[in-house]
Amino acid sequence: MTTPSLVDLLKAKTSEGAQELLARERTSVKELRAEVGGVLRLPEGVTLDRDDINYEAPDDETMILNLGPSHPSTHGVLRVMVEIRGEQVLRTKPVIGYLHTGMEKTGEELMYQQGATNVTRMDYLSPFFNELAYCLSVEKLAGVEVPPRAQWIRMLMCELNRISSHLLWLATNGADLGALNMLVYGWRDRELVLAFFEKVTGLRMNHNYIRPGGVAADLPDGWRDDVLAICDTVVKRMDEYDNLLTGQPLLQNRMDGVGALDSETAVGLGLTGPLLRSTGVAYDVRRDFPYLFYEQVDFDVIVGTAGDCWDRFAIRANEIRESVRILRQVAKAMPAGDYRAQDKKFTPPPRNRIDESMEALIHHFKLFTEGFRVAPGDAYVPVESPRGELGCYVVSDGTSRPYRLHVRAPSFANLQALAPMVRGGFIPDVIACISSIDPVLGDVDR
Amino acid sequence: MSEDQTPQPTPEASAPSDSGPSLLHGCPVSETLGQPTVHTDRGRYLALMEALYRDGFESCMGVSGVDYLTHPGRDIPEGVAAERFEVVVELVSFSRRERLRVRCQVPADDPVVPSLFDLWPGSEAHERETFDMFGVRFTDHPDLTRILMPEDWEGHPLRKDYATGQVPVQFKEAPK
Repeated sequence: MTTPSLVDLLKAKTSEGAQELLARERTSVKELRAEVGGVLRLPEGVTLDRDDINYEAPDDETMILNLGPSHPSTHGVLRVMVEIRGEQVLRTKPVIGYLHTGMEKTGEELMYQQGATNVTRMDYLSPFFNELAYCLSVEKLAGVEVPPRAQWIRMLMCELNRISSHLLWLATNGADLGALNMLVYGWRDRELVLAFFEKVTGLRMNHNYIRPGGVAADLPDGWRDDVLAICDTVVKRMDEYDNLLTGQPLLQNRMDGVGALDSETAVGLGLTGPLLRSTGVAYDVRRDFPYLFYEQVDFDVIVGTAGDCWDRFAIRANEIRESVRILRQVAKAMPAGDYRAQDKKFTPPPRNRIDESMEALIHHFKLFTEGFRVAPGDAYVPVESPRGELGCYVVSDGTSRPYRLHVRAPSFANLQALAPMVRGGFIPDVIACISSIDPVLGDVDR
Repeated sequence: MSEDQTPQPTPEASAPSDSGPSLLHGCPVSETLGQPTVHTDRGRYLALMEALYRDGFESCMGVSGVDYLTHPGRDIPEGVAAERFEVVVELVSFSRRERLRVRCQVPADDPVVPSLFDLWPGSEAHERETFDMFGVRFTDHPDLTRILMPEDWEGHPLRKDYATGQVPVQFKEAPK
């Protein structure tokens, strides 16, 4: 075997075959319809013919262009293939899978209490939500009662995480559209929240903090002051960003009316989160299918009307304020008590008990060698992640490992909105639309 | 596809008879941990989904698969024969705040089911993923290609007879 020369390496093709956007003559009418965003529900009797889609686009005037997979504006390794005529986008197809690491298969190999370590790495900008979705499903299968304090802690961490995720989105969205100063400010403020995460969980990201049965550790002393300080700072800064971004005509022109979706298309495509709410459909899992104690806190579901990038910007900015509102209520309502279920078969004993008690040692040993068994069945508990509905479909066969772990990833479903959003727009609008979908490629590819 | 979008009330699941489980559109319904689940085989699958679409389940949250090769003795109500593969669909009605799970049995020797693309276009990517991971083919799907794995990958990784850690990493078209 000889070492390939640099020239050979550069010549190596990286084709994904039929997964790519193909020339029109090699594409079926139905596929073309999907690629131009034609998920439009046509009235009965109207047929879609090739010429209908092929609006004034002879093949020699169009060009198929790759955006990505390695470009900052694709937020990871998203590859978008667009067919353009001049600057106008005719067809679009996202090609994904570059970050696929087989986490669902890995999840089948790990014991239930190890699983949170795995799923937390999927959507790396909102790790708590992954852990929460996984743990809620496992707890439902196992029938474990989680103490109230653990549930309030979960709410606290999740809402902080929503703030950090949306702040990062404000930063990257600003950067994508040319407001580069926002990039610095967004990352700076996110760091406030991540510093608190580090204090509580020991890590800035990929926490493995929410575990089946409760959370890994109690909140540290002084957490309430930290949370309230974060709330005050974020609210103050959001007012500054309103001055910086919302009142900025250059930015508004880049987003206003760009990538508009109607509610029927959005519902048909199975979109969730800010993308769906921007079209006026008030669907929020926290309100419609409440989990934890979201029934006991007061918050508004922010909806838009136009369904364009500008609406999605406004929704995310205001969701930060709603999260602050929830956080203040959580800080007030946090009860005393256990931070994880006191079920010796389910959560490990405290470290110092192992030195004193034979029974604790046995429980510890059994738990970390065999794990805990859950009853056969299947469960899916959705949560509202910053990107939409996230849920783990867990199938149990009665052993200590999930038989099947499927993650309904919001970014994966939301990415289907790209084609209808950018049809007829310009290349810079594609960037604005990708940004406003807010895909996290770890979540898309898993 | 031109049906009125306004949701109509779900037809009452017919009263459970003494002998069998309750039925919804002719398919047995079971309840797992508070979640109603409709079981179907692939012959009745598309008719059931069309009926559920008309019942006002506006959104299809996801389509996924399960390979029951090593867990054959699962709980399936009478009236549906258990097969190796299952296609699991999560439906949501926003207006009624209701969820429904549909589990469709797919035989191993001919894993083909109808696509839901014409009812819920959002099922497109999910069905591609199910095809990629389990090799279940969807008829009338606009673009049934692999989505997460490379185009020339062999096998379907989430099948239970696809072992982990046995396949060398496939770099395609890289010079040897």
